[in-house]
Amino acid sequence: MTELLAALHKEALLQWRSRAQLLAVFVFGATALLLFSFAVGPHTELLRENAAGFLWLGLLLSSTLTLAEGFQSEMQERALEGLLLLPASPQSLYYGKALSNWVQLSLLGSALVPLMVVLYDAPLPRPFALLGVVALGSAGLSAPGTLYAAMTYQARSRQTLLPLLFFPLVVPVLIASVKATSLLLLGDPMDQVRPWTLLLLSFDAIHWSLCGLLFGRVVED
Amino acid sequence: MLAAIHERGVARAKGFMLFGALLLLIGSYIGLFKAPSEAFMGEVYRIMYVHVPVAWNALLAFTFAFFAALLFLLRGDWKWDSRHEAAVEMGIVLAGLLCTQGSIWAKPTWGVWWDWDPRLTTTAVMFFAFSGILALRRFVDDPVKRATWSAVATIIAYVDVPIVYFSVRWWNSLHQMQSSPSTVSAPFLIPLRLNAFGILFLMTGLIMLRSRVAALRLEGELAPPLPAAELGAPARLATQAAR
Amino acid sequence: MYHLRPMVPGPENACAVEASGLCRRYGPRWALAEVSFRISGGSSVMIAGRNGSGKSTLLRLLATAIRPDRGTARILGWNVETDREEVRRRSALLSHHSYLYEEFTALENLQVPARFLGRDASRGALLPLLEEVALADRADDAVSTFSAGMRKRLALARTLLQGGEVVLLDEPYGELDPPGFRLVDRLFGVFKKRGATVLMATHLLERGSALCDDGLVLEQGRLAWFGSARDLPRSGGLDPATLPEGIA
Repeated sequence: MTELLAALHKEALLQWRSRAQLLAVFVFGATALLLFSFAVGPHTELLRENAAGFLWLGLLLSSTLTLAEGFQSEMQERALEGLLLLPASPQSLYYGKALSNWVQLSLLGSALVPLMVVLYDAPLPRPFALLGVVALGSAGLSAPGTLYAAMTYQARSRQTLLPLLFFPLVVPVLIASVKATSLLLLGDPMDQVRPWTLLLLSFDAIHWSLCGLLFGRVVED
Repeated sequence: MLAAIHERGVARAKGFMLFGALLLLIGSYIGLFKAPSEAFMGEVYRIMYVHVPVAWNALLAFTFAFFAALLFLLRGDWKWDSRHEAAVEMGIVLAGLLCTQGSIWAKPTWGVWWDWDPRLTTTAVMFFAFSGILALRRFVDDPVKRATWSAVATIIAYVDVPIVYFSVRWWNSLHQMQSSPSTVSAPFLIPLRLNAFGILFLMTGLIMLRSRVAALRLEGELAPPLPAAELGAPARLATQAAR
Repeated sequence: MYHLRPMVPGPENACAVEASGLCRRYGPRWALAEVSFRISGGSSVMIAGRNGSGKSTLLRLLATAIRPDRGTARILGWNVETDREEVRRRSALLSHHSYLYEEFTALENLQVPARFLGRDASRGALLPLLEEVALADRADDAVSTFSAGMRKRLALARTLLQGGEVVLLDEPYGELDPPGFRLVDRLFGVFKKRGATVLMATHLLERGSALCDDGLVLEQGRLAWFGSARDLPRSGGLDPATLPEGIA
């Protein structure tokens, strides 16, 4: 427990020091959303219908940047190894990093929501529920993403390898988050949001436990 | 002695493949020429005789890869890493075949190349996921890291498969009915089973041979000979004791 | 099995560091090949050898940062492969890599490990450590602004903080200026006073042999020489032709 708190403390400090990077990633995400509307064309109806999809695609693409950056400070001077040798359990280091990534992605997603409303003329009848879905979806991206970021940072061709491994894995998160978001934006007469959020919850539960268990094998020799 | 064992292993693998090819030939002959036409789909349904067996075997290959990965992580025995690599490759080939067959079936039947059928879509996702794992293996030079990381990735990818399946099925259920043939009646079963076992034996033989290739490469990587000791240490010990 | 000093009859754990047939490979090259030795508790050993002879690999192996490919090693009776956590609790490694976070200040880089170790991470508790390495006036500056020598000093402070019964120093004098050399000598004394077993890899033969009790020479991953540290820079009764180049 001490270790987890120490890890969280370290992550919070790292986040605060590199807050300019978060801003840069937000601009990337915002640009992506803009590009989607150019790709589709100025058809208001079409854009509104697919607003949820664009939001989550934008967040997914931005996530590869944040996830990779998250390990730069750990690997530059082998700080992560230094912590492991203290000793610190790999689990505490994993959950600290995964939680930090979760917060970052949730903030990013939440910041992209108003942009989505503006660019695609999306209605926003249930903003808090929407933020809830953003949080659940971000958790789904963060858990496996942290594990794969740790892995690929140490391999060659890391920028290509992370999306290659990560994207197919989080297809359920994409499907469920887009569906749930779409229903929250455009109306949900048959209360279908609930089963989709349950799917997200199960994905999160499975991956937060499984990836935590396997993290040690990835960062230790 | 070791060479003899090796020879037996290769012979056995080739035996499996030959037997499998034979079953496949017989099954396909019956399926293509002897089995009756299907009520709804006419002749197009015949692709099922390769499609369904390939589907079963693709899943089997990935399942075997999952257990090989798990066993490697738990036991540390290198033969499981070789088998893991072979099974992942085999699974990718079969999954790719499956998606191609699915497209070939979908175009004349539904008029589109891809119909988002949950099973086919899940296979496509698996194809990409495991291709990523193969790429991971190519980009990591250290054999220990390569084996450990790809094993971890396979475990996570495999656990994800049912989740992908359910989410796609849900997602698609609002738009379309089940599109691939699901229930099969008696006259169709025999060629189906023949082909299924045919591909199984073929696949097993291929995995055995491919594992051997991987194991041979590992041998060179894991145990290059130790450099010879040029400096005469025992002599120094004597000198030390004499002082 | 080479004993670097006579085994004093005593408790079972008199042997602090024990290696038996250690081998470690990087790709097709063996960085360490069949290295065996025993070091008794409280003694200090200098590890010498040319670049690429395996000094860092040996220290990293003993610190459990990497695993041996063959052979075993024990730190205070604990196996480096199976009892990693126990070994890590009792040892500290000063590595080539500084283990520092560039974005953090000097003080914060000490606070992070202090918190993980469950120690007092307050400014008051950690400032003396920074004073020890002459970095107190830069306590609140980011490490990214530090020179290589200053980073080394901070890394030394971190090792001092971590402590441990076995201290492994990999080229502690590297990147330091003459005052820095004296700092390392002083810290070496601190470790010795604490009763720690110290293994130090260094190219500074004169300096190292003055501080250490024993010496160990690696050549192409193999143990080429062992003995009393004072015999290391000179031939000392051994045929100079058998010593690796650059040592005698």
